[in-house]
Amino acid sequence: MTKKQKRALWRILAATGLLAVAAVIGRLFPLPWWGEYLLYLLPYAAVGYRVLWDAARGVAAGQMLDENFLMGIATVGALALGEYAEAVFVMLFYQVGELFQSIAVGKSRRSIAALMDICPETATVWRDGEWANVSPEDVAVGETVRLLPGDRVPLDGVVSEGCSLLDTAALTGEPVPRQVTAGDAVISGCINQTGLLTVTVTHRYGESTVAKVLELVETAAERKATSENVVTRFARVYTPIVVASAVLLAVLPPLFVGGFGEWIGRALNFLVVSCPCALVISVPMTFFGGIGAASKAGILVKGGIFLEALERVKTVVTDKTGTITKGNFEVVSVNALNFTDEQLLQLTAAAESGSSHPIAEALKRAIDIDKNTVVSTVTEFSGKGIQATVNGQTVLVGNQKLMNEKKIPFTASDAIGTVLYVAVDGTFAGHVVIADRLKEGAAEAVAAWKAAGVRRVCMLTGDRRETADAVAAAVGIDEVCAELLPADKVIEVEKRLSADGKLLYVGDGINDAPVLSRADIGVAMGALGSDAAIEAADVVLMDDKPEKLAVAIKIARKTMRIVRQNIFFSLAVKVAVMALSAVGLGNLYLAVFADVGVCVLAILNAMRALKVDG
Amino acid sequence: MKKTYRLEELDCAHCAAKMEEAIRKLSGVTGASISFMTQKLTLEAEDEKFDEILQQAAKICRKIEPDCRIVF
Repeated sequence: MTKKQKRALWRILAATGLLAVAAVIGRLFPLPWWGEYLLYLLPYAAVGYRVLWDAARGVAAGQMLDENFLMGIATVGALALGEYAEAVFVMLFYQVGELFQSIAVGKSRRSIAALMDICPETATVWRDGEWANVSPEDVAVGETVRLLPGDRVPLDGVVSEGCSLLDTAALTGEPVPRQVTAGDAVISGCINQTGLLTVTVTHRYGESTVAKVLELVETAAERKATSENVVTRFARVYTPIVVASAVLLAVLPPLFVGGFGEWIGRALNFLVVSCPCALVISVPMTFFGGIGAASKAGILVKGGIFLEALERVKTVVTDKTGTITKGNFEVVSVNALNFTDEQLLQLTAAAESGSSHPIAEALKRAIDIDKNTVVSTVTEFSGKGIQATVNGQTVLVGNQKLMNEKKIPFTASDAIGTVLYVAVDGTFAGHVVIADRLKEGAAEAVAAWKAAGVRRVCMLTGDRRETADAVAAAVGIDEVCAELLPADKVIEVEKRLSADGKLLYVGDGINDAPVLSRADIGVAMGALGSDAAIEAADVVLMDDKPEKLAVAIKIARKTMRIVRQNIFFSLAVKVAVMALSAVGLGNLYLAVFADVGVCVLAILNAMRALKVDG
Repeated sequence: MKKTYRLEELDCAHCAAKMEEAIRKLSGVTGASISFMTQKLTLEAEDEKFDEILQQAAKICRKIEPDCRIVF
């Protein structure tokens, strides 16, 4: 408990004691009305002096309608009407409610702070022949830092020595640790688990992942959700309206039916429920909790406004390469004629060995080219293939167009992927199929998106239609736009934007900044360490698992559900208490419950948003 | 220039919204945001008037919530 909370607790305890004494004395000794009155003024003063003092300060500063002032008026009004016991109890309940509220706010602030606790305070750096502990901000690029088991990585860098397991859960939400050894990149915020590591720093603190993630989550509060703004605007008019109706209630009816005191009593109830705290605290808190829960799962949401949009996602447009497929080509089959498969692959790889095209890279990964191979006179046919002399044989590698052009009879293949036809010394020798592999869990991810409420999934790709269709069929995508140029992607996204339901674009963040910003929600995945994608996207999935998108949508739905519950519940209770009070069935106890009681309940409900349960 | 400050004893969410609104209206302020949850004020204002604006912002906070202080 903070000092302030402790003082409040003492005030409450003192008042409760005095109230008990007053009740006992009142029972034992018959007192005149003014004696009893004075007896009850003591506990009232003990618990309420602070509220009255703050109210006075508020009025002095021109803040007429603050909570202290309204509570002050309500209880002083009750005292004036002779309802002294009620005045004391109401002030007491109000203070207890405020104390609970303050404790609940403090608790959720701490759980949010714990989420942010991913940056170590010191880094152990090699300087002047010894290890020194310095602040991560003071470490320069190129310096060497040491990580003992249990240490958090302070800055982004590359392992220069050692091997260990890294716990990346704080950043990616991924429970399986990642193995690193010399030469691997390490990302700040991860925890070194098993071995001693020395790391060469590659990024200053301000540019390290951990600093970026922290900044992003903290500034997320600035991009407020529409409902958050609506609540704030509503709060601004709510209090004056309720106070005005209280005044009307106190003045108008007595003119016709009389009973001045009775109507003032009813009006006082209005003043007590006129504070919009339950809404103003709990709605932003829920959004914050939702953003916190998402970041715990490795999903960075750049503001409440995107949680609101995520809830209403109806269309997902996805990139193919890097999102649904792995984005690295592999040799998937070899069909040789008159050669062994091994020989054909050797010749093909040798002919392509001078190229840095992804296809050539895939060939190089598939086989080790014989060291004695001699490759000469390489001719490239742009967009069609390549010809080279390998160990004296003329090897032609390319697509159907190239085979037709060189008038080589061949057997066409309908394999999915890129088919390389190979001819040796003018005779068809078979084909090699190279394709992009589906990501593990891609089909399950698409199914999970749909289970989370997505109606339509559309895939954009620059790839051939046959390949794209095959990928789409394998993972359950509804619609395919193939053979697109990069600029076409924006057009295809624009075509699908609609008024009902939001459009979400998910890509790997490479070259898709324009599309990311054009969609209602741009999601970049596998963005760990990629600055451009973190900049351009609205939601960032820290690892490259497409199923995380379904988790993000679920968190958004839960958050919005809690927001709506809180808005509805607080308003319903307040309106009900006002209605009861207007007809004379309410009392100040009910009113205090509608004020602080509802607020505490709304805060407790809001804190559920912090929990991730898939 | 854009800077972030901690707000001590910020206990009332409604007040935070009022402060934010009032600080935004100060001349020379291009952006202001108060997060009740992180107890932080982010102020974006013209460089030459920044210190003066910060003083005014502190005054606004004191006025709306007497115990609330900006930690410079």
